[in-house]
Amino acid sequence: MRYGMAIDTLKCVGCADCVVACQTENKVPIGYCRDWITETVDGTYPLVEVELRSERCNHCENSPCVRCCPTGASHIIEGGIVLVTPEACIGCSACIESCPYDARYTHPSGHVDKCTFCHHRVEKGLNTACTSVCPTHCIYFGDLDNPRSDVSLALKNRKYKALAPEAGTGPQIFYLI
Amino acid sequence: MEKSRRNFIKVSALGVGGAMALGSSWNLVNASVFDSSKGEEVLSSEGKKLKRYPTYCEVCFWKCAGWVYLDEEGGIEKIIGNEKDTHCEGRLCPRGTGGVGMFSDPDRLKTPLIRVKKEDGDIFQEASWEEALDLIASKFSGIKEKYGAPSVALLKHGSPGKHFEHLFKAFGSDTIGEPAYAQCRGPREEGWAATFGGWVGSPEPTDIRDTKCLVLIGSHIGENMHNSQVQEMAQAIDKGSCIITVDPRMSTAATKSKYWLPIKPSTDIALLLAWMHVIIYDELYDAKHIEQNTHGFEELKKHVQTFTPEWAYGHTTIKPDVIRKTAHEMANAAPAVIVHPGRHVAWYGDDTQRGRAIAILNGLLGSWGKRGGFYLKESISVPKYPHPKYPHPKWDWKDLAKDYPMAKMGLTQEVIRASIPSEAGEHQVKAWLVAGTNLPKTIPNKAILKKAMEAVEFIAVVDTMPMDIVQHADVVLPECTYLERYDGIRSAANRTPSIALRMPARKPMYDSKPAWWIAKQLGERMGLGDYFNYNDYSEVIDWQLQQMGSSLEEMQHKGVKNFPRKSGSPYYQDGETIKLKTNTGKIELYSTELAALGFDPMPVFTKHPEPDPGFYRLIYGRAPMHTFSRTSNNANLSDLMDTNSLWMNPKTANVWGFSAGQEVYLKNQDGIISEFPIKIRVTERMRWDSVYMVHGFGHSNRKLTRAFGHGISDTDMITNVSIDPIMGGTGMRGNFVTFLTEKPEEAES
Ligand code: SF4
Ligand code: SF4
Ligand code: SF4
Repeated sequence: MRYGMAIDTLKCVGCADCVVACQTENKVPIGYCRDWITETVDGTYPLVEVELRSERCNHCENSPCVRCCPTGASHIIEGGIVLVTPEACIGCSACIESCPYDARYTHPSGHVDKCTFCHHRVEKGLNTACTSVCPTHCIYFGDLDNPRSDVSLALKNRKYKALAPEAGTGPQIFYLI
Repeated sequence: MEKSRRNFIKVSALGVGGAMALGSSWNLVNASVFDSSKGEEVLSSEGKKLKRYPTYCEVCFWKCAGWVYLDEEGGIEKIIGNEKDTHCEGRLCPRGTGGVGMFSDPDRLKTPLIRVKKEDGDIFQEASWEEALDLIASKFSGIKEKYGAPSVALLKHGSPGKHFEHLFKAFGSDTIGEPAYAQCRGPREEGWAATFGGWVGSPEPTDIRDTKCLVLIGSHIGENMHNSQVQEMAQAIDKGSCIITVDPRMSTAATKSKYWLPIKPSTDIALLLAWMHVIIYDELYDAKHIEQNTHGFEELKKHVQTFTPEWAYGHTTIKPDVIRKTAHEMANAAPAVIVHPGRHVAWYGDDTQRGRAIAILNGLLGSWGKRGGFYLKESISVPKYPHPKYPHPKWDWKDLAKDYPMAKMGLTQEVIRASIPSEAGEHQVKAWLVAGTNLPKTIPNKAILKKAMEAVEFIAVVDTMPMDIVQHADVVLPECTYLERYDGIRSAANRTPSIALRMPARKPMYDSKPAWWIAKQLGERMGLGDYFNYNDYSEVIDWQLQQMGSSLEEMQHKGVKNFPRKSGSPYYQDGETIKLKTNTGKIELYSTELAALGFDPMPVFTKHPEPDPGFYRLIYGRAPMHTFSRTSNNANLSDLMDTNSLWMNPKTANVWGFSAGQEVYLKNQDGIISEFPIKIRVTERMRWDSVYMVHGFGHSNRKLTRAFGHGISDTDMITNVSIDPIMGGTGMRGNFVTFLTEKPEEAES
């Protein structure tokens, strides 16, 4: 089992509902976020290409954040979800430095925090909060090893990309293009 | 200090001190009303048990039904869409999800406030509800006695407005207005009515999920998060529908479109006429439909003869072949095509005609009542709770709007004008109740608004937040948020009729109260108790629900109830004759109504003024995380966007030597300078002759601790207003701005 996510850039409107849903679901303090929106603009008016993307921790298969964590607070659980145990985290920020996606932040209470793929929901068979709220239904989540999961089906017939594949981290978030 | 009747309260004692004492953080949930057995249990991320209560969202007017999740201490954890609801299909937009922030905002109005005159300026003093309500009731009654009830006006928006409308009609005043008409969608409603015999209404009955071609002209779905439309646009994208977006700015929808037409602002009617020309002269229409269902085709054909794509190119800067190609795309998709009516459409003063042009185009394409076009909506009417007949007002909003023959609702700006003695005609307004609408951020031409606020004898404001309008009030009443109150049943016109319940998920915080309670209290004090024959509004709702074959109990469990359609299919059958409430019973390509009133029966293109050198057209719009100015202080939403910025083409920035992030003040064609500076966002998504900003920022009330001074108010910069002669809409897109790197001394106020 390998959890993954696909986000359709042709449908994402950059509304940030995924961000608010994550904040209310996971009690992410105001001023911080576990997911965020980026916009890239290419070209010159009026020949312009714009891509809107919802980004978060890529739950890398080969995760530098886990490798460099001195206490083992950063770890990988079943399904490839990368988590941080707040109690074990000493807030040294090594993981923040090592993450090529800038996915982690220091929580005001001192530990490092980031996207958990809503594992408290996922273990009950629910979708992540962002997936379940997105008004354009552009986030697909599920088991990449299961060919019939939402995410596998979404990836099947479309072109897609991952972010910074050259970093060699094996990201599990894909963008449909 | 200037001696005036009412000083604008800048830094006052608003809410200070006593507010702390009153704000006993979480009031415990009242067990009788908040029977926890009604809530479905779920666990939060921290393993807490949560209960849910039904609501419908009040962050915008789409009114999505949802569930409010409460933890055991009565804290609101999250709000989630109701899966049975056709407005949201189980998913709220970012603002709806962030509705939590509206409730938890520590800046909320907490207690009634009464203006008190002091030597060095007015201040607000905290008051009891008794004092505040008595004062308002005696002022309104006094004015009624002296000048007549219609001299007390109601300016309102949203759910609270409904309760006060009842109060006002009982009181004998129909001097009622809301910015949603003349400042927003009124022009399209009347343009549509002249063509199809009825309003488009809200939500618009656009069958986007099945459309083959969606044309957005001045409508930015995705940035305006009209929930079901955004969801359906995504479905249309999945199905590979052709999207055509006309916008001088590369909007979000434009980025998803097969065709983006970066039109020169103010020339839409030229493009719409050219599209008609191509459809008619390339014979792309369904002749049988035209014959059977439309009136005035030959007149229209003659009318648009010279409006070729080549002609339109000169005005719109859209290439003729693109105009042709897109017209063919529409016709190929017809009747599964939607030329979207748009929403905020008060632009250039010829907006009813612009709305008409859009309606005519849909009429030609045969999309009315067709799958993938416009479905035939159906709603269920909520029975009126019995009350004595309303008295007949001596005069009303219609008398104030008599210069605009097709106005069908109160014109806010005319109510405001009638409040200025020198400008008022035979009918004068003497007092206002303002509920749920922040006038200084909504009404253009601030000078007139200021004069009116200065002139009226009394202003009462009902709001949840210390909005700018609050500073002009004589009495401020703190309303509780939608999460803490009952409101009227939401009955929706949709593919299927549905109703939704809003019930309090918890007791109101602080000393805030629901609007229905405030209206009842005022009514009783003004001798109108018979109209408020209930102790709790839930009695009214229960009675209404019983009449509809449901009950409060059922709705507290379900939140939403859908009913089967009674009017048959939401679509006309092929070849079926369309029946409309126009004079001719047909789609009026030539409007008999407009002709009879002496207006152009078919839309004409007029050139609108262009900016002087060094000036740029000011365009404003929406961001998906904000609604009007009401969300700018919401912690969850301001976290996503805490200010607006000025979108500027790199060429423009170059000419001025500006860099991204630099702050500038704006000065408009009338010399009005923005109160605050705004940061420049240099982007290729913007046309070089215009600048763009998101509406709703630049709050001037310091009590809004997150929003005060963040960004600027587009409304402040709108002083040139072109009034639509047909229905009185206030065209607000004819304003031009230039940039100042510093605020001149004399502009400091
Ligand atoms: S909620 Fe969906 S559409 Fe909105 S920003 Fe997130 S991914 Fe994009
Ligand atoms: S995205 Fe960053 S935080 Fe997430 S697993 Fe990869 S390296 Fe670690
Ligand atoms: S569209 Fe968004 S803000 Fe408007 S009612 Fe729905 S959820 Fe609320």
